[in-house]
Amino acid sequence: MTKEKTKKKINYVPYLMLLPWMIGFVIFKVYPIVVSFFYSLQEYPILGDPEFIGLENYIEIFTKDEIFRTSLVATLKYVLIGTPVVVIVAFFVAFILNFKLKGVNFFRTAYYIPSILGGNVAVSILWTMLFDVNGPINTVLSVFTNGEVAINWTKDANFAIFTLIILKAWQFGSTMLIFLSALQGVSKSLYEAASLDGASKIRQLFSITVPIITPVILFNAINVLVKAFQEFNSAYLITKGGPNKTTYFLNLYIYEEAFQKGNYGYASALTWVLLAIIGIFTIIIFKTSDNYVYYND
Amino acid sequence: MELTKRSKIINSIIRYTLLIIVGVILIYPLIWMIGSSFKDNIDIFGTFNPLPASGRGTLENIKSAWNISSDHTIWFYFGNTLKFLVPKTFFTVISCTLTAYVIARKNFKGKKFVFTAVIVTLLMPELAFRIPLYLLYRQVGLLDTFASLFIQDIFASSSFFIFMIIQFMRTIPRQLDEAAVIDGCNDLQILSKIIVPVIKPIIITVGLLCFMWGMNDFQGPLIYLNSPDKTVLSMILKQQLDGDTMIVYGKIFAASCLALLPMIALFFAGSRYFVDGVASTGGKE
Repeated sequence: MTKEKTKKKINYVPYLMLLPWMIGFVIFKVYPIVVSFFYSLQEYPILGDPEFIGLENYIEIFTKDEIFRTSLVATLKYVLIGTPVVVIVAFFVAFILNFKLKGVNFFRTAYYIPSILGGNVAVSILWTMLFDVNGPINTVLSVFTNGEVAINWTKDANFAIFTLIILKAWQFGSTMLIFLSALQGVSKSLYEAASLDGASKIRQLFSITVPIITPVILFNAINVLVKAFQEFNSAYLITKGGPNKTTYFLNLYIYEEAFQKGNYGYASALTWVLLAIIGIFTIIIFKTSDNYVYYND
Repeated sequence: MELTKRSKIINSIIRYTLLIIVGVILIYPLIWMIGSSFKDNIDIFGTFNPLPASGRGTLENIKSAWNISSDHTIWFYFGNTLKFLVPKTFFTVISCTLTAYVIARKNFKGKKFVFTAVIVTLLMPELAFRIPLYLLYRQVGLLDTFASLFIQDIFASSSFFIFMIIQFMRTIPRQLDEAAVIDGCNDLQILSKIIVPVIKPIIITVGLLCFMWGMNDFQGPLIYLNSPDKTVLSMILKQQLDGDTMIVYGKIFAASCLALLPMIALFFAGSRYFVDGVASTGGKE
């Protein structure tokens, strides 16, 4: 048996078929990551040659850079409020879409529409108008408050970030679908047993459904969080990072440093800081998850 | 007995009401957008009624949105978008299917490494690659070409799509390919004649998602393209907001509608496949 194995010729076919991926992996993944780290140790101006400056970019980011601090606060606020909001909204919608009702598939399709349009510029334009001071959102609010509501959503430093979070929450589609397929996988017998014991629907939700699908909640939370840390389109188009840089997310700062000012070295260092922050948050969620995640295997 | 039947009916009424309320909240912004594209500027704001006041509907917005810039119709910008989007989708589907097939179905030395590499790059934020790739493209003269927006896709660079296809292939019994091997099929024949027809739903899903995400992509064209004759749809839409002349809101809404129309059409054409396709990625181990 072993003799046969050693004699067997190496089959080149799989490698040949993998060739495109291998080339891509080296050129578009490994190479950028490696050089990006070197760039972050350089003063790399738009014209002229890069110069090695060690950790100076990083030192500047953490000790002198006021914009970084403002930008970090804006990003953290967006991520830490936005992530739970999206996860909860997506879970709630998946929960009601899991009802056994006729025509529920129609709603499932309709609910997904906002998500496919999602990052489109047209949607950002729409959002700017919806939340205009004379826009329909304020008009609707006026009905409920019996008085004129004149919140300038996109231009008021207290509200701008929430305008973007609401847009994020509007696009819960993929997160919701992943929840939905998890909910459909929860065994019916559990609910039947609970009903016999007299547990109410609400009780069943929190004592059966939520504990069982915690791995999926975790998966979704990390997914949403990682994307939220990189938010660009909505802040760039709707609030333009303002007012007072309250929505000037790190990705906007990196974009401006790199592609408008041409400070490739400094922008690379900022990128690595952001990647590190994303990494740290992901690890924290994973580590603490041992305490509350229920794995069914 | 009577009581439970009644409470069942009440229950489903409550549930339908809930579904409809959520649906209205979700879809309202789009309805408002469509309605506003038929309104005069003065009728758009200060009301949440999406319909134009009676007798005041207008088709002017659609016309001026069609002739979106002084030089070109919106069709021109849509055409530019297609110039990178069609190759992007084509290459993504082919290269990712090929790669996924090898990883899911073949045994070879280093397979574990390849799979790990796919997962790691899947988790890497796209942001990590942006600056070096920009500088690389600048060096080799790819800036301001449509190719800069799809060259990666020739080389199966979307780990997400590879992963999606692998997940789907795993649900397909291996006996299928084993039978084909016995019949004397080679790998390419197995892939094209046996696997591809069976995994059609996921291929359509990947194609649609790639296409629609590409349509949505704003940062890519913003960074890589700059000559006016290469302006794509997302950029021309953005420019509508930049003008210093008075903004004609109706025109912007109409242009937005025109821009979203192909996406909505595509979504409905493929929704039967891809609602399940998206769900299968995260739902299954």
